Amino acid sequence: MAIRRGRGVAAVNYPTGMNLGGDPSQALVHSTPTGNFMVSLSSVDLGQGLKQVMAQICAETIGVATDQVTIDTADTDTGPHCMGTFASRGTHRIGNAIIRAATEAKQVMLEVAAEELEVDAGDLETDGAGNIIVKGAPQKSISIFDTALAAHFKQGRSISGRGIFLVPRSFPETETGAMKPSTCYAHACTVAEVDVDDETGEVTVVSVKNVFEIGRALNPKMVEQQLVGGSWMGISHALYETTEPYYPKREHGGTDFNQYLMPGPGDLPETEIVVLERPAADGPYGAKGPGEMCANPQIPAIANAVFDAVGVRVDTLPITPERVLRAIKAQHN
Amino acid sequence: MIRLAKEYFADQRKDDLHELGKGLQRSDAPGHVTAKTKYFADRTFPGMLYLKMVRSPHHHARIRSIDTSEAEKHPGVARVLTHKDVPHNVYTILILIQVGPEDEQVLAEDKVRWKGEAVVAVLADSPRAAEEAAAMVKVDYEVLPAVFDIDAALKPDAPLVNEYHGQNYYLYDSGECRKVRFGDVEKGFAESDHILEQTYWSSPIEHAPAETTGCIVVPEGNDRFTCYTNTQAMFFTLDNTSIILQMPGQKLHMVGGTVGGGFGGKVDVTVEPISILASKLTGRPVRFVYSREEEMQISSPRAAEKIVLKDGVTKDGRILARQVWGYTDAGAYSRHSPYGAQKGAAHYPGPYTIPNVSIDTYCVYTNRTPSSAMRGFGVTIADFALEVQMDKLARLIGMDPLEFRFLNAYRDGDMKAHRQPTEGAALIECMQEASRTADWPVAERFFKMSSYKTEA
Repeated sequence: MAIRRGRGVAAVNYPTGMNLGGDPSQALVHSTPTGNFMVSLSSVDLGQGLKQVMAQICAETIGVATDQVTIDTADTDTGPHCMGTFASRGTHRIGNAIIRAATEAKQVMLEVAAEELEVDAGDLETDGAGNIIVKGAPQKSISIFDTALAAHFKQGRSISGRGIFLVPRSFPETETGAMKPSTCYAHACTVAEVDVDDETGEVTVVSVKNVFEIGRALNPKMVEQQLVGGSWMGISHALYETTEPYYPKREHGGTDFNQYLMPGPGDLPETEIVVLERPAADGPYGAKGPGEMCANPQIPAIANAVFDAVGVRVDTLPITPERVLRAIKAQHN
Repeated sequence: MIRLAKEYFADQRKDDLHELGKGLQRSDAPGHVTAKTKYFADRTFPGMLYLKMVRSPHHHARIRSIDTSEAEKHPGVARVLTHKDVPHNVYTILILIQVGPEDEQVLAEDKVRWKGEAVVAVLADSPRAAEEAAAMVKVDYEVLPAVFDIDAALKPDAPLVNEYHGQNYYLYDSGECRKVRFGDVEKGFAESDHILEQTYWSSPIEHAPAETTGCIVVPEGNDRFTCYTNTQAMFFTLDNTSIILQMPGQKLHMVGGTVGGGFGGKVDVTVEPISILASKLTGRPVRFVYSREEEMQISSPRAAEKIVLKDGVTKDGRILARQVWGYTDAGAYSRHSPYGAQKGAAHYPGPYTIPNVSIDTYCVYTNRTPSSAMRGFGVTIADFALEVQMDKLARLIGMDPLEFRFLNAYRDGDMKAHRQPTEGAALIECMQEASRTADWPVAERFFKMSSYKTEA
């Protein structure tokens, strides 16, 4: 009887957005009198930080600092329609809607500035520090603050924009299944290392090394939190979680966290994340949706590592000590 | 812990971003860690009622009668609701995008189809009064034979789970399953050196959010209702409520906010319509929040799945044919499961270029808690099966599992089984970096491969 080490690999891809498309999201952007920007949405932040990345997308598009952007969301009286936060669609769909709305608002802003500076709007750009400058002649400039004031109180113009993003719905062909499920795919490859106690069947994950290709890391810190969290969830799916441990039997289902097993901090291994960026043609600044994918490759990588360690296959999830031990015993008989 | 490997795809990317690409601190983080972030349940209103659901103790039963008279007399009880109070009692969430039929009763009328199904809603001044009154509701059931697993449900003599479907599987426009047919699998198997057929299973999984599903409804006096909710999809909830209550959408105002974890568990529409109805009928604020037990056993889990994979492979490592039979255990009602099974059909045969593919994915009804959306559903368990199968195939022909994947990986321009040319592939580069990072050696020629460039 011994602790046996093994490692396994898995490689996956994942579609961004609602399968087969047909899932619109809208955004409205407007400036306040002093040149701050409001983004109105009805999208939901699930705690993953949707509001932060949306503010950065708006700021990038208009050319202002992120802290000049406020996200007003999740209110159906004030926010235009959003299909919802699911299907790895938030950044991609809502982000694209915001780019469109912000681009329209920026155009008005530049036109207002152009009138104040008596130049052509096409010759203007933002400097990222709160000013609108003449291209090639940055000494000729006006602040966004003054531009917004002029728009409101002098020129009577609304610095605002509307945006919607919709991937047209695809309908599968009934006999061949020809269809367009998604416009872009994220990718991953994971190597997991495990220790298996062949006396108890217990599996300890030693390390998980994940490589994710996500189009573009719009906020690398938030990418990290999402990918690390996903990686832990993958481990949890592989080894611990189920509401019905003896499925299809209906008994034995957990009703609280004493009975429903999940890994605690001490059960989580060293987690490494490497991010590759191949921008998606239709992604907001190239971003794809890795929110769901990041919890997937760990499951088969761990299953394969268990086999590598003790030479048995557990083809039923979760890979509990009981199942590992039964497989080892069956192999010996 | 995170490293951006900028050396990959450098020619595909302009690194010219200003506000993006920076790891700015989340603006909501200080609120979260100082307990100032407001969640839907952080609100109380004078005169608020608590909703307690009376649920089926049986997996499958006919309802002979429902007697709420004792419960109604219990001190503190304001109202007891049954199916008779629900204007449009039969619904399905995805009817909004024309995925029918309506197959689920908001409050059970004639039958219950899973243990835990909602039958009667009790509204009282306190959670305790609501619980006590709920225990006084008498429902007379005639227990029916139940079916719990995919294989049994698909047998011809199985008990019928859901009359709105008429058979124990979802009927797609393509028939009993979503089909993908590409090339000729039989020819591919005949040309293969080895054939491997394996079956994979998973069990239901709970989303386990920190914050359980719930809402608080306030009647606004102008004939409108404000519903503070932690739904993941504001308009899914609004539009389905509008249908169920036969109430113009203009009367409904959904207010969300930061949700304490969703993972797909809050895409169903379960608590809001009945709470808004209760608020309308009583004229009082109503609070309906799942207990942890309800969150774990009543709210939809990730579906259990059965996946059969049959592969034909040559001894030098090419997959010539892959046949897939995927089964999603939807439980008693559709919710998002027909979509999940469809998504599976679009996902197989995985990120590999295989010339002959046949895929059948089924959405199967059983007398279980309805399953629904959960992070990656349709794909997560498919990937488990696919990638374990890849490992088995590699070992079967004596090849390194990572090298075997390189040989079969899809690249830009390759035709997928569902007849879309591959674009934006990056699997090869992910595997190259995994080989380097994890020190998993592969032959030098695999480092010369590219998802988008012809080999040097």
